[in-house]
Amino acid sequence: MSTQTVELGASRSGEPPRSLEAPSLRIGERIIKALLWSAATLSVLVTTGIVVSLLIPSIAFFQQVPLWEFLTGTVWAPAFANPSYGVLPIVVGTLTVVFFATLVAVPVGLSSAIYLSEYASPRVRRIVKPILEVLEGLPTVAIGLFAFAVLTPLIRQLTPFLPWTGPFSIGVAGITVGLLIIPLVSSVSDDAMRSVPADLRQGAYAMGATKYEVALKVIVPAAISGIIAAFVLGISRAIGETMVVLLVAGAGSPVLSFDPTKGTQTMTAYIGSTATGDIAQGTITYDSIFAVGVLLFLMTLAMNILAIRLVKKYREVYD
Amino acid sequence: MSETAQSPPVIPIARAVQDRVNPVETDSANTFDLQNVRVYYGDMLAVKDVSMGIHHNQITAFIGPSGCGKSTLLRSLNRMNDLIPGARVEGDVLYHGIDVYGPKVDPVQVRNVIGMVFQKPNPFPKSIYDNVAFGPRLQGRKKNLDDIVEEALRGAALWDEVKDRLKDNAYGMSGGQQQRLCIARCIAVQPDVILMDEPCSALDPVSTGRIEDLMVELKKTYTIVIVTHNMQQAARVADMTAFFTVSANDETGSRTGMLVEYASTSKIFSDPVDTRTENYVSGRFG
Ligand SMILES: Nc1ncnc2c1ncn2[C@@H]1O[C@H](COP(=O)(O)OP(=O)(O)OP(=O)(O)O)[C@@H](O)[C@H]1O
Ligand SMILES: [Mg+2]
Repeated sequence: MSTQTVELGASRSGEPPRSLEAPSLRIGERIIKALLWSAATLSVLVTTGIVVSLLIPSIAFFQQVPLWEFLTGTVWAPAFANPSYGVLPIVVGTLTVVFFATLVAVPVGLSSAIYLSEYASPRVRRIVKPILEVLEGLPTVAIGLFAFAVLTPLIRQLTPFLPWTGPFSIGVAGITVGLLIIPLVSSVSDDAMRSVPADLRQGAYAMGATKYEVALKVIVPAAISGIIAAFVLGISRAIGETMVVLLVAGAGSPVLSFDPTKGTQTMTAYIGSTATGDIAQGTITYDSIFAVGVLLFLMTLAMNILAIRLVKKYREVYD
Repeated sequence: MSETAQSPPVIPIARAVQDRVNPVETDSANTFDLQNVRVYYGDMLAVKDVSMGIHHNQITAFIGPSGCGKSTLLRSLNRMNDLIPGARVEGDVLYHGIDVYGPKVDPVQVRNVIGMVFQKPNPFPKSIYDNVAFGPRLQGRKKNLDDIVEEALRGAALWDEVKDRLKDNAYGMSGGQQQRLCIARCIAVQPDVILMDEPCSALDPVSTGRIEDLMVELKKTYTIVIVTHNMQQAARVADMTAFFTVSANDETGSRTGMLVEYASTSKIFSDPVDTRTENYVSGRFG
């Protein structure tokens, strides 16, 4: 390093210094920046807009129906001459769907992820993984029809001892939603397990662990935050699933019931079947859709917060 | 080099292999006898025709330039190569006369008997205690687990540093401590042999010195095979040294590793037979 001081404004050879200003206005750069900024702003605005448009009719709704009555009431009959707005029946419907969907999707999704990540040969993976990803995107209405036409009769035949009535069943709807989210749960869990560093796997094998022990005692714990994220994604989808529930559980009048063999409404099914063209804006029925929407939104939010807590608690940090 | 095994050889693999299939005539002072061992990755011959005996309760070092197949050969001793798709071992790897690749041999049991420590410390993202207890728990040795853990940590010269923080995550330790934890974890499985693939290459000189002292201590109980790029390390700790090199096949251009010279460490470093060995250990390459 030279300690020579350089005279400001003079270059080595005594010529005028080279300019340090931008040679052009860099118009393209500015346009790109502006476009990106608008896109970001737009997405924030849209999200805010959704929340606001849910909130405004809800506020109108809660001016007529007390919040407490809404949350604890056990009769949901908004369209009746003598309407009642107790949301519990359709909340129970949604929770029943979530319960059965979880029962199906978590064990099957996790097992298939363990198989894919730890057991399957690269060849099998190359074939199965894209299939899973395609299944993830299957239109839910097709799955709903399949469940209505095939799955429901099948399950009934296999379980003649259950008190089946009518064509609809909320339990079967839950199972169907479970089938629907298996690819999602499996694929996301698989990604999480594959991203566990290979030397952890090697270390466990080198200690005489079997494949099963490596998977269950090392890989799954190390990937648990990703796996829980997979469950949350799946369950959030189960909460929000509408089409399958409409087709399989029907949109009949909801009764507060924990019987999975009966058809009933869920929160989304109510919204989906009520928000049709002939519903007048400003009526209480109209506003009730949004109140249910807000509750749905909050339930999903709570679900996600719970998941973040779980992840923090059980995460095994490696880096 | 004189045989220094104090106790008669124990043969724990017999726990896994009920009947020994045609035990081959071998030197009873050897833990391993390799006979014309070749390792392939797919069609590529990575190491060819290695024959050597690895002695009991000694430290054997594998040295040689990068790519000569030291790690490959080391992994073939406890069937870690099984985990690499396409990897294949030919020839005989005999552990106390038993073919490690024999039809009745269970790779999981092989790794219980022949443990391994890796280049980069790879503790599990669990507590220090759970790391060490991992192996014993798998083996169903859950009684006196605290004592087992303590003994293994003492064996790895780590106990005094961690005895008050056994519940802490292993990732909070220094690299050198993590590597000793990996050694403790390996000891806790009660192996017969410990394979170490460049166990100090990620560590500072002080930690390296500790692990070298530890190896010398451990060879009283275990047979140790170590891969190292550190010539002084081999000279300091190893009883026997094997020098490998790699040469390109003129026709196919593929590179194959081979054993050049295998003898006592003092002979390899002071009076090697092969000029390639001499050039390598004296730092003259090419
Ligand atoms: N998993 C693998 N798949 C395919 N080829 C491999 C694999 N591992 C090693 N090889 C090849 O086998 C040869 C020997 O590699 P190996 O890692 O055993 O060498 P090494 O002597 O341990 O080298 P280094 O000193 O760099 O660790 C190399 O040509 C390498 O490219
Ligand atoms: Mg290597």
